[in-house]
Amino acid sequence: MKLYFKYAAILVKSQMQYKASFFMTVAGQFITSFSSFFAVYFLFDRFNEVDGYTFSEVLICFAAVLMAFSMAECFLRGFDTFPQLIKSGSLDRMLLRPRSVIFQVLTSTMEFSRIGRFMQAAVTLGYAIPTCGVDWTYDKVLTLIAMIIGGIAVYAGLFILYAAISFFTIEGLEFMNIFTDGTREFGQYPMSIYGKGILKFFTYVIPIALFQYYPFLYLVGRSVEWWYGLLPLIGLIFIVPCYGFFVFGLSRYKSTGS
Amino acid sequence: MIELSNVNKTFKVAKRNAGFTEAVKALFMKKYEYIHALNDVTFTIRDGETVGYIGPNGAGKSSTIKIMSGIMAPDSGECVIDGRVPWKDRKAHVKEIGVVFGQRSQLWWDVPVIDSFELLKDVYRIPFDEYKKNLNRLTELLGIGEIMKMPTRQLSLGQRMRCEIAASLLHGPKILFLDEPTIGLDAVSKIAVRDFVKALNKENRTTVILTTHDMQDIEALTDRILLIGNGRILMDGTLDELKSRNTSKKTLVITYAGEKLPSVERVAVVKDIGGHAELVIDTGEISVAEAIAAISAAAEIKDITVQGTTVDEMVVSLYKEFKI
Repeated sequence: MKLYFKYAAILVKSQMQYKASFFMTVAGQFITSFSSFFAVYFLFDRFNEVDGYTFSEVLICFAAVLMAFSMAECFLRGFDTFPQLIKSGSLDRMLLRPRSVIFQVLTSTMEFSRIGRFMQAAVTLGYAIPTCGVDWTYDKVLTLIAMIIGGIAVYAGLFILYAAISFFTIEGLEFMNIFTDGTREFGQYPMSIYGKGILKFFTYVIPIALFQYYPFLYLVGRSVEWWYGLLPLIGLIFIVPCYGFFVFGLSRYKSTGS
Repeated sequence: MIELSNVNKTFKVAKRNAGFTEAVKALFMKKYEYIHALNDVTFTIRDGETVGYIGPNGAGKSSTIKIMSGIMAPDSGECVIDGRVPWKDRKAHVKEIGVVFGQRSQLWWDVPVIDSFELLKDVYRIPFDEYKKNLNRLTELLGIGEIMKMPTRQLSLGQRMRCEIAASLLHGPKILFLDEPTIGLDAVSKIAVRDFVKALNKENRTTVILTTHDMQDIEALTDRILLIGNGRILMDGTLDELKSRNTSKKTLVITYAGEKLPSVERVAVVKDIGGHAELVIDTGEISVAEAIAAISAAAEIKDITVQGTTVDEMVVSLYKEFKI
């Protein structure tokens, strides 16, 4: 863990070599996230509610997803850029160091400029929490925290899965973006508005709804099932098969060398 | 001690012809070709040896290095280094080796080199005293005291290479793999690198395995040569052995008085233009002294130089001999 922070320190130093670029990216991230915020805003300006959800309620969902995504992207950026790590030979170099490959991929890059997106999420959350009409008891606060943590875990799993697939093919990896960048965008609304099929898919296959929809139902009082608030923790389990697949891919890499 | 026995490695490579229709075809039906990168590779390297590993591009040098350093596993055969199988016992193995790739950097690009060193100290869990000792010695021998404070991206290639070598030796490895360490370096840096490697091998008895296309590297550093071609070890011997294979032929370049050199027995004339001639003799048939005596008996010699074959030429003739 100490080593993790040393890696982080060197990455901060590296990124601070290009200060202007760093702050521009932060600002850019902050502003582009606004566009999706406005999309939500104008929609509600016209229709007042979507599927019975109010503006502030949807904002909670929006902010939780955005926050989880920005955290995952900041700290798991190495998996997102994994195909390049293979191509550039950096993976070979990692194999030459007496540390686990997963750890070294984690520490190969951290995208601190994602703080821009994170700030956007924090501001939105700051606005939505007092205005959404939720009675903030302890269990509801914990539910919201669980949503964010579960979200980080699911996105982390997806990034690792993405990296694992790139052991086998570098073509067609784009489709994975549907689940990462895609769900970040359409995950702003409670998953149920897209219909039952989509909801099922994102419950049982890629557990986005587990941190974004069910606990949200409990949060806004649409459901009284308190255990919905625990569902995001299943997101943590989602990492396990993704990690397993990555390890499998790595062992194959060692035997093919490509 | 490095022992490889009957190591085989085959790569599957997708192949298609040029052209759009071929590209579309390949989308549905990929054709694969099998490339035998390594074929029954067997050799042993003792502790403290310096070995030059040579062969043309694509002969299998990198594959062998990858197997020995634990990045890749072979299809069959055994590789045991100091009692360990590199790719199975990766973490323990890599602590004992240092690897320098001439074409790739292992330093963090945007921070001063010393920061990279400090991080490597923690990555390898090098005890503080040992780190200080190694670092001091490396800085002194490689002359990187000042350049260490600069970010890697601002270093010249020669400076960077010296830092790369230092970085791969901080943990005091027993075996050092150098993959084309002098590629693209200027003469001064090349010599600095060679001198350093020589000293390292002498003082620490570090085993050095060097792949290179620069025959001066080989001549300056290695006492043993492994030649690989088409995935097979073709020759395993000392530089002297390699030389004696080829040095039976010598070239004599002479300047003489007169227009045409009379023919001399057992001396072949390659070129003869107006007082300058290039002759080749086989020392198995006639010694250099005998040849000079015979020529000076036939003509008045003004100047003479005797040339042996350079290592480069030897390697070319080896490549020809083995048809690689």
